Amino acid sequence: MGLFILRRLGVMLLTALCLTFLVFFLTNLYPNLEKLAKTQGNFRMSDEAVSSWLGNRGYLDNTFIKYGRWLGVAPGWVTESAEGVVTGQCFAEDAPEGERPTFCGILQGDWGYSLVFKDEVSSIVAVRLAATGKLMGFVLLVMVPMALLVGVLAGMREGSGLDRSLSTFSITTTATPEYVSGVIFIAVFASSAFGLKWFKGSATQAVENATFENFTLPVITIALYGMGYIARMTRASMTEVMTAQYIRTARLKGVSFGNIVMKHALRNALIAPFTVIMLQIPWLLNGVVIVETLFNYKGFGWLLVQAASNNDIELLLAVSVVSVVVVLITQLISDIGYVFLNPRIRIS
Amino acid sequence: MEPLTWTGSLGIILDPILYAVAAIFVIALAVQIVLGIASGGARVVTNPDGTLSSAGGPYGMSTAATKWIGLALVLVVLTYIVMGAITGPGMVGIIGGMSQQLIPVWIALVVTFVVSIKFKRKLGLYGKLFDSTVGMIGFALVMFWIFAGVMAGVFDMIVTHDSLSQVSGMKNKLPGTPLNGAEEGEYAWYLLGGDNLARDVFSRLFKGAWVVVQIAPLATLFAFMVGITLGLPAGYYGGRLDTILSFMANLILAFPVILLFYLLVTPEIVATGIPNYMATVLFVFPLVFLGVLLNSRFYTQPSVRTPLLIVVLGITGWIYLSLISTDGAIVSTPTYAIPGLPNAIDLFNIEAGILVVFVSVVFVNAPTVFRIVRGLALDIKTRDYVAAAQTRGEGPWYIMLWEILPNARGPLIVDFCLRIGYTTILLGTLGFFGLGLESESPDWGTTINAGRRLLSIYPHAAIAPALSLLTLVLGLNLLADGLREESLKD
Repeated sequence: MGLFILRRLGVMLLTALCLTFLVFFLTNLYPNLEKLAKTQGNFRMSDEAVSSWLGNRGYLDNTFIKYGRWLGVAPGWVTESAEGVVTGQCFAEDAPEGERPTFCGILQGDWGYSLVFKDEVSSIVAVRLAATGKLMGFVLLVMVPMALLVGVLAGMREGSGLDRSLSTFSITTTATPEYVSGVIFIAVFASSAFGLKWFKGSATQAVENATFENFTLPVITIALYGMGYIARMTRASMTEVMTAQYIRTARLKGVSFGNIVMKHALRNALIAPFTVIMLQIPWLLNGVVIVETLFNYKGFGWLLVQAASNNDIELLLAVSVVSVVVVLITQLISDIGYVFLNPRIRIS
Repeated sequence: MEPLTWTGSLGIILDPILYAVAAIFVIALAVQIVLGIASGGARVVTNPDGTLSSAGGPYGMSTAATKWIGLALVLVVLTYIVMGAITGPGMVGIIGGMSQQLIPVWIALVVTFVVSIKFKRKLGLYGKLFDSTVGMIGFALVMFWIFAGVMAGVFDMIVTHDSLSQVSGMKNKLPGTPLNGAEEGEYAWYLLGGDNLARDVFSRLFKGAWVVVQIAPLATLFAFMVGITLGLPAGYYGGRLDTILSFMANLILAFPVILLFYLLVTPEIVATGIPNYMATVLFVFPLVFLGVLLNSRFYTQPSVRTPLLIVVLGITGWIYLSLISTDGAIVSTPTYAIPGLPNAIDLFNIEAGILVVFVSVVFVNAPTVFRIVRGLALDIKTRDYVAAAQTRGEGPWYIMLWEILPNARGPLIVDFCLRIGYTTILLGTLGFFGLGLESESPDWGTTINAGRRLLSIYPHAAIAPALSLLTLVLGLNLLADGLREESLKD
C-alpha cells in the first residue's frame, strides 16, 4: 500500500511538472509576450522597444531556463542597464549588494507577482481559493446527500413510478450544463420578467457575506449538474445490490422492506458512488468557473478567467498548479478510498 | 398590429384544459409514488396456467390513471402544435407561428418515424430503438434539431428574418412583438422577440442549431477516430506503448477544460499557428484509420487492395489537405508559412475560428475515448475468437480492427451519443466565454453569453438558446439510454 501511494505520488509529480511546463510554454509564446510588453509598457512601442523591454526582464531566454527560474532551480535574471542600475528577478531595485538572493521560484515559496492585480500571486490565490472553498463546501453539502437520496430511492425498486420520475429528473440534470440552468434560474427567480425575485442574480456580496438570498442560486446551479451523474451511479449500484442473493435471503426471512434497504443494502450500495463523488470534484471545478463568471462571484474560477484572458503569466501558472493538484489529489483519494472500502480489491 | 400572445385565441379555450390536465397528472404521479411506497409496489398474482400478472388494487389503478392522464396531456400539447401548423399565428399565437414555420420539420419527423416503425424488424439496432419509449423520445428530440438545423442552415427554410439584420425599434422587444414597419412579404412578427442588437431571436436560434449540428457530431467522430486508432494498440499490445499513451491521455484529462480552451483559443496563440499544427496532426488519424482498416482486410488480394487504397486515400487525402490548408498555406504566421494546397484545387476553406474550436473540442474529447477503447480492447483480447484469429495467423491490425472493434461497437455507439451531447455542452461553454467563434455568430453558447448581461430585465434572448441546448442534450442522453437498454437485450 505504501509503495502504491509512493508510486502514485511520483506519477502525480511528473504530471504536474509536464502540465505546468505546457502552460508555461503556451503563455510564453512570443505573441503573448508582445501583448504583455505592450500592456505593461506602452501600446505604441516599436518592435525594437518591445524586444529590449522583454530582454531586460529575461523573457527572451530559453524556455527551459525560464521554467527553471519559475521553479526555483535556475538563478533568476539580473540585468545591468547602461547607467549601471542593477535590476533582478529576485530583489528590489534598491536592494544592497549582499542581500540579493539568486533563486526565487516556487521551491523558495515565491509564486511571483501578478501584473494585473498588482499584488503577490500567493496572497491573491489564497483569498480567492478560500472564497471558492466556501462555495464548494456548500455545493457538496447540498449535492452529495441529495444525489445519494435520489439514487437510493430510485434504485430500491427498479421500474416503479418513483424510479422513472427520479431517473428522468437525474437525466435532465445531467443534460443541463451550468450556463443553461444558471440562466434559467436567474430568469425565473431573480428577474423582473417573471416577477418572482426570490433570490439575487448576482453573488458578488456572497464572498464576504453569504446569505440565503445571494448564495442559493450559485450553489444550486453547480449542485444540480453534478448531482445527476452521482444519482445515476448510485441508482445503478443500488439496483445491482437489490438483486443480490443476500437481499433475497433477508426478504425470505421476512425482514421488512425498510430494514432491508437501510441495514442490508445501503452500505454496499454506497461503495461505487464514493469514487464517483471524488472524481466529480474536478468536474465541479469547471462548473465553478462558469458559475462564478455568470454570478460574478469573485472566487478561484473568476480568477482563472481573469488570469487567462489577460495572460497574467505567473498568476495563470499558480492557478493551473492549484487546479492540477486538486485533480490529481482527488484521483489519488478515490483510488485509495476504493481499496479501503472494497474488501475484494487488494493492491499487491 | 396587436402583439401576439403565447397561445392566441385557441388558448382561451385550451389553456385552462392544459393547466387542469397538467395539475391532475402531477397529483396522480404523486399518488402513485406514495402508494408505491406504502403498498410495497404491484402485487404479483400467479395464474393457474403458471403465468404471472400484476393485481390491480389501488397501486395498479393509480399506475393506469397516470398513464392515461399522461396521454391526455400529450394529446392537448399536440393539439396546440397541429392547430398551430394549420391556422398559424392568427389563431394560436406565438406557438402557432412557430409551429407553422416548423411544418417541414414536422413532415420530416413523421415520415422518419412512420418508415422506421414500419421496417423496424429489418433495421438491426436502429430498428430496435423503436421498441423503447425513452429511446423514441430521445430520437425524436435529436432528429427535430437535426432536421431544423439542416433546413434552416442549408435551405434557409424555417427562419423568418435574416439572422444578422437589425430592425430599428425592435431592440429587446418581448416575444410576439409585431415588426416595426413591416413591408409586404416580410414576416410580420418577431416570434421570440428581439435581442439586444434588435435581431430576431427565433431566426438566430435555428441558424445556431445549424452551427451545432455541423460541428458537434463531426468533432465527436474525429475524436473517436483518434481514440480508436490509439486505444486499440494500447489495449492490445499493452506494455510500454500503453504506459506512454495512457500517461499522455491522463495528462490531458487532468487539465481543467476551460483553462485549456483559454490557452488554445486566444488570438495570440492562433497567431503562432499552434492550432494549425494540432489540426494537421489530429486530422491525419481518420486517414490512418481508413488506410489500416482496408489494408489489413485486403492485403492478401493486392489486385483489390491497391486500387481501393489509391481511390480511398486519394479522396480522403484531398479532403484532408483542403481541410488544413487555407489560402494556399497549412500554417501561416507573420514570420513564415508552410505551403499547402494552392487555392485552385482547395475544395473548401474552413474559417479560422471554427477550425480552432473544432480542434480544441477534438483534443479534449479524444483522451476519454482512448480510455474507453483501451479498456474494451483489454477485455475483448482475452476472448476465444481473438485467440482463433491469432492461431489462423491474422496480423495484429486485422485482429484489432476486424475482430475486436466490431465486438466493442455496442458500448461505443452508446458513448458516441452521450459524447455528442457533451461536445454540444463544450461548444456552448466556448461560446459562453466568448472564445473562438465570432461574437455575431448565432450559435447557442455565444447567444447565451450575449443575452446574459440583460438577464434580469429581458431574459427571453438567453432563455431560448438555453432551452434548445437543454432539449438537444437531453434527447441525446435519452437516445443513449434507449440504445443501451436495447443493446443489452441481445
